[in-house]
Amino acid sequence: MNAIIIDLVLFTLLAAVAIQIVRLNHLFVVTMLSGVFSLLTAGLFITMDAPDVAFTEAAVGAGISTVLMLGTLALTAHSQKTTKGTQTVPLLVVIATGMALIYSTFDMPAFGDPEAPSHVHVGPFYIEETPELIDVPNIVTAVLASYRGFDTLGEVVVVFMAGVGVLALLGHKPIRRAVEARAQPANRREEDA
Amino acid sequence: MFFAASLALLAAMLLMLVRLFAGPSLYDRVLALNAFGTKTVLLIGLVGFVTDRPDFMDIALLYALINFVGTIAVLKFFRYRALGDIDDDAAPGKPGAPS
Repeated sequence: MNAIIIDLVLFTLLAAVAIQIVRLNHLFVVTMLSGVFSLLTAGLFITMDAPDVAFTEAAVGAGISTVLMLGTLALTAHSQKTTKGTQTVPLLVVIATGMALIYSTFDMPAFGDPEAPSHVHVGPFYIEETPELIDVPNIVTAVLASYRGFDTLGEVVVVFMAGVGVLALLGHKPIRRAVEARAQPANRREEDA
Repeated sequence: MFFAASLALLAAMLLMLVRLFAGPSLYDRVLALNAFGTKTVLLIGLVGFVTDRPDFMDIALLYALINFVGTIAVLKFFRYRALGDIDDDAAPGKPGAPS
């Protein structure tokens, strides 16, 4: 019961943040709010007993994404162009997609259902055999690093190649701007010399 | 007891959100974001005790670290209007460097 109340309050805050993200045009504030959105989402994951997902959400959503968006914001304009009139077609598409997603949840097993397909298929095998087959206490770690170790290696290689590609295309030198030169204090240049 | 503390914390988060929405200045919002992150850290710790599984404390620690890094990034953005290595162009002897 208590956890449900906390869930409800978190969801209310989440909806409020989402509405504000849509309404505001100031991109810096929107970046801040998307960080808050990630933090609230991670809190919801925690209340659903998914700490590993919450870990990822906190690290990627709240940490890295905010920093990346700020880096992008340094290169673009600071406020969003306002569009004239109401846009009915995008709204209808969003509402239809949302209805379809809600409709699809009716077919899903209940939260924490022990008879759910994911809990009766190969799950019991991993839970029973992992301690003997692989000497790793955490089953998720054993699956990621051992059972599908080559897959994880491939993912890491892909991410590495993407990073190298972006660096090779964009370089690491920032775009020089007059604003930036003005922001440099005088004593800092003396230190460098 | 822990539940009452969680509710108080959620109320504090709501106040932070109000400050984040209303502004007025950007520094108010940065401060509100940082405080909101701190509240989230506390809430994760408390939710662990409310649901009788207080083994999520390490995640709360991770949040505290991420919150710190995020705030540093935001403040660096304010200071230099750019992220990344900013000292390259300011180094003396390079063409276009301010002398």
